[in-house]
Amino acid sequence: MSTAISVEHLAYSYPGIDNAPGVTVFEDLNLTVEEGSFVAVLGSNGCGKSTLAKHFNSILLPAGGKVYVCGMDTSDSEKLMQIRRNVGMVFQNPDNQIVANVVEEDVAFGPENLGVAGPMIRSRVDSALNQVGMYEYREHSPNLLSGGQKQRITIAGIIAMEPKCIVLDEPTAMLDPKGRKEVMETVLKLNREKGITVVLITHHMDEAAMAQRVIVMSKGQIAADGTPRAVFSRVELLHSIRLASPDTVELCHALNQEGFTLPLDRLSVEECAQALYDSVKA
Amino acid sequence: MLKDITLGQFFPGTSPVHRLDPRTKLVLLVVYIVTLFTANNWLSYGIVFAFLAFAIAISTIPLKSILNGMKPLVFVLIFTGILNIFFTVGNGEPLVSVWVIKIYKEGIILALFMMLRIMMLITGTFLLTYTTSPIALTDGLESLLSPLKKLHVPVHELAMMMCIALRFIPTLIEETDKIMSAQKARGADFESGSLMDRVKALVPILVPLFISAFRRADELATAMECRCYQGGEGRTKMKLLRYKLGDFKAYSVGVLLLAAVITLRYFGL
Repeated sequence: MSTAISVEHLAYSYPGIDNAPGVTVFEDLNLTVEEGSFVAVLGSNGCGKSTLAKHFNSILLPAGGKVYVCGMDTSDSEKLMQIRRNVGMVFQNPDNQIVANVVEEDVAFGPENLGVAGPMIRSRVDSALNQVGMYEYREHSPNLLSGGQKQRITIAGIIAMEPKCIVLDEPTAMLDPKGRKEVMETVLKLNREKGITVVLITHHMDEAAMAQRVIVMSKGQIAADGTPRAVFSRVELLHSIRLASPDTVELCHALNQEGFTLPLDRLSVEECAQALYDSVKA
Repeated sequence: MLKDITLGQFFPGTSPVHRLDPRTKLVLLVVYIVTLFTANNWLSYGIVFAFLAFAIAISTIPLKSILNGMKPLVFVLIFTGILNIFFTVGNGEPLVSVWVIKIYKEGIILALFMMLRIMMLITGTFLLTYTTSPIALTDGLESLLSPLKKLHVPVHELAMMMCIALRFIPTLIEETDKIMSAQKARGADFESGSLMDRVKALVPILVPLFISAFRRADELATAMECRCYQGGEGRTKMKLLRYKLGDFKAYSVGVLLLAAVITLRYFGL
């Protein structure tokens, strides 16, 4: 498998206002994301998750080191459009990402910017709306839709540009449980069926548990990196950077402190129940 | 409360008027307004009125919604009528003469013409916004004004701004509602006190509203950049505006209307 995104010795700090010292986010960050993989990035507030995401499509440029996307250097201004059409970004608030007041017009915005021919845009828009399950709403006004539906439209707007990689920056933070489920199902489907590389920045452990790989960030550094099972079983480490494992792991961890010997890699409720059952029976 | 406000009311439909190209409708509206101001006798008013009535009839817009739209204009209509009746000086004997007030026959006719003109002007404009979605209207304007691009008028940018403004009106209204509720929950009073007090009470609403609008604008700009927006250059359109048979028919009717009214005015019958 080839590399979709590679971050080499990334350094970045936000400039200070009026001669005040800036805030250093990264000093030396290294990271690679494989093509077609689904990576979740976790971390408490201010650890640099969103700043990292903005480096993936040249919204922010590295102060030191390099970020490569599909082999292109993000600081190369001539490749800017090429990079942005390959790495789509979805942000937290769907309201602030929707441009037009008709669903299909909004989805068409990306391809229109890329200069795709009219009839081709039509087919891209229809296909993108079908993939997120919003085709029947194509002529609606986004104002009247639910948060989850709006966020699926912003995802459709990104898919219509046919990117290789989608970066989602806390896409479910403003949604209710139903909307979160809709968005996560859409993202998982895109990753599995279309082979689109997904980088999901999130606060929700259960969402991260769906990924193939979890990266935990703390103070601009990578604190843990591995499969969800491997990362979440390091409960003490997660607690030390003010994060928590999924509830099932937290339960097993708490019971272990009371003398049980339960495995810490049971992420689903069923697995956890089975482990408890086995342990009590033995 | 604020959610009930509807702006740029659009009644979706499939009537021949709805299906006209937005450019045709815009041009026809201009032609219609010109004829309305050229018309100066009963016959030409009758012709323009027949054109309007025909357009309303085939648009399937209920007459009631058009009349409802007139309500705020009743005052303007009455004012125009009164001014014209009292201040027009005719040639013959005044019909009524009380103290300094003299009412002439010409005054009454002129007042009727003026009131008709205003009513027909408003109705025609309503018909456009009722049968054309805001986005089609913006597209139409952009396309009609595109020759101005040669003079470095930022036509695309203006159209984009209009489109985004229309998109954010409901969002910002909702936001205002939320801020007002939040202020009320903390004891703010918007309904009592003198006019000055009420205006002052709006400040705590406007400040957070503006801050939030700027934040939204910033996020939207980033999101648009992420979707490769770089201005109008090299941009294509999903829905290309294309003239159909109906548009040519509409244009022909428009030309006939203009010709008829001009002939009646300058050459008489």
